[in-house]
Amino acid sequence: MASVEIREARKAFGAVEVLHGVNVSIEDGQFVVLVGPSGCGKSTLLRMIAGLENITSGEIIIGNRVVNKLPPKARDVAMVFQNYALYPHMTVADNMAFSMKLKKAPKKEIDDRVQRAAAILGLEPLLGRYPRQLSGGQRQRVAMGRAIVRDPQVFLFDEPLSNLDAKLRVQMRTEIKELHQRLKTTTVYVTHDQIEAMTMADKIVVMHDGIVEQIGSPLELYDRPANLFVAGFIGSPAMNFFNGRIAMNGKAAFETTGGVELPLPGRPANASGQPAIYGVRPEHFTLSDDGAPGEVVVVEPTGSEIQVFAKIGGQDVTAVFRERHNFKPGDKIRLKPDPRLVHLFDAPTGKRLNT
Amino acid sequence: MTDILHKTSPSVVAAADHSEGMSYLESLPRRLITLYLPLSVILLVLLFPFYWMALTSIKPDDQLLDMDKVNPFWTTAPTLKHFYTLLFQTNYPLWLWNTMFVAIGATILSIIASVLAAYAIVRLRFRGANWVGGAIFLAYLVPPSILFIPLSTVVFQYGLFDSPFALILTYPTILIPFSTWLLMGYFKTIPYELEECALIDGASRWQIMTRIVLPLAVPGLISAFIFCFTLCWNEFIYALTFLSTTSHKTVPVAIVNEFVDGDIYRWGSLMAGALAGSLPLVILYAFFVEHYVSAMTGAVKE
Repeated sequence: MASVEIREARKAFGAVEVLHGVNVSIEDGQFVVLVGPSGCGKSTLLRMIAGLENITSGEIIIGNRVVNKLPPKARDVAMVFQNYALYPHMTVADNMAFSMKLKKAPKKEIDDRVQRAAAILGLEPLLGRYPRQLSGGQRQRVAMGRAIVRDPQVFLFDEPLSNLDAKLRVQMRTEIKELHQRLKTTTVYVTHDQIEAMTMADKIVVMHDGIVEQIGSPLELYDRPANLFVAGFIGSPAMNFFNGRIAMNGKAAFETTGGVELPLPGRPANASGQPAIYGVRPEHFTLSDDGAPGEVVVVEPTGSEIQVFAKIGGQDVTAVFRERHNFKPGDKIRLKPDPRLVHLFDAPTGKRLNT
Repeated sequence: MTDILHKTSPSVVAAADHSEGMSYLESLPRRLITLYLPLSVILLVLLFPFYWMALTSIKPDDQLLDMDKVNPFWTTAPTLKHFYTLLFQTNYPLWLWNTMFVAIGATILSIIASVLAAYAIVRLRFRGANWVGGAIFLAYLVPPSILFIPLSTVVFQYGLFDSPFALILTYPTILIPFSTWLLMGYFKTIPYELEECALIDGASRWQIMTRIVLPLAVPGLISAFIFCFTLCWNEFIYALTFLSTTSHKTVPVAIVNEFVDGDIYRWGSLMAGALAGSLPLVILYAFFVEHYVSAMTGAVKE
């Protein structure tokens, strides 16, 4: 086990720079998720930690060693790939033992470790099988077993669940988290799925276009997104945004471009008439007589909650209710955002305004 | 009632079935025209030479050229005389051995070179890898009939003339380009992640090749082997040029030399020699045909 420190890491492919100076520090035993849309550089960063891509500038430190120039095998990391990358011509046991065999470990020790890893993951009955004889979830587990056997300082996961079906994905998510709680090995996990990031991480690193947008615990990111990108990326259904400006008349309120007035918890200093973006999460709407008038467009009951798609001042809005309101398309409703839970962002920069 | 049912049910089935568009080809008369007839024509064209070869090798001499008194497509008095001549009155077993030695030697040499070249071009990402790949392909386009004159000078200079090594060392000029391309295609189908995973697991480049890539490329290796072996086995022009002593010759050259006296062709022995000479190849193909096909069509396994 070890801490991982990434300092000002940059990566360029030819003339194109894809990572523009990334700083992340990961404590020993932490589960850190790198999340972001496709092409944000999260996989590249992971591959740089693994040693599969070289580092254009900056430093990556695992434990106390700068690993920039070390080959992958000297870094003592284990990686689980998206397509599992199991060796098709080897049995499950051989797949798991491969790295130990390369190290020329004694046979007894190899067997012990493979058995232990197989027991942790429930793979004992499958040890003699070949990867082609396994289901997707089993392959995934073997890939993790192969990492566990090595007892590395850091586990690296590269979108390990995206090849599984939805139900299995949820199950494996829990399994990976449980595994981490048991082994307490430092883990870096890459995904584009914010639900995976929220449910699994001790710490989330949100990346976008080669820079880190925000680092924090899942609930910090949810409650206090540092900018517009994080606010829109974290949370499902996504946060509603209204363009407009802070009210001129001295009231703690926000005027949308559609002419609707929305409440603010307090008034930012010297902000009269400042253009801004007002964000509110779908579950932070309540029905109230003094709310903003809207019209229901579509209602989607999921059983545990109801998602309502409505229009307020000509803009699409999503609201989620735990109560079973009986809305119909065309109904007039009044939605009021909870002023304590709204987010205000600067319009040109996208930075958070309220504290 | 049942009649009506029988009449309606096929159309109902056809309407429900999305593959209906091609199903009209399923009826027997249609299959006869579209499938069995063309197949049998191709089969006939392909197999007739073999039949003719086998037939000629067992015909007695007096029936070989006689088109009037006996049916040319059949023989009334089969004989093994030609095989007897071949095996016991000539050096045929030695020629077979020479051919085998040369073919295996040249093939192994070519495969080793091709594996290293193909792997380097496909996976090492060095500067100019694509250019090298293209250059190797260009080498394949140079016909052997142009190369054999300069090569014969080289062979003489190294004192290899009339030795099997003259062939073992020159055949790779034809074999390496093709098998390199075949193996490049095959190596590309092996997922890159497997190698990266092995790299993290602690394998060196050499271990990745011997323990991951080569075991997975076995079908490709087999087809490269069959291809090279067949080409060596049948090769004529280099063998004719670089060998002179009868006992050093390979089968294709030797039987032509031995059984053609001026303008007299001893067809029976020629065909017996050709038949016996093609048997090892037939056996080779029969064993590995599945691998051969899968490699040629670029099948990916996992």
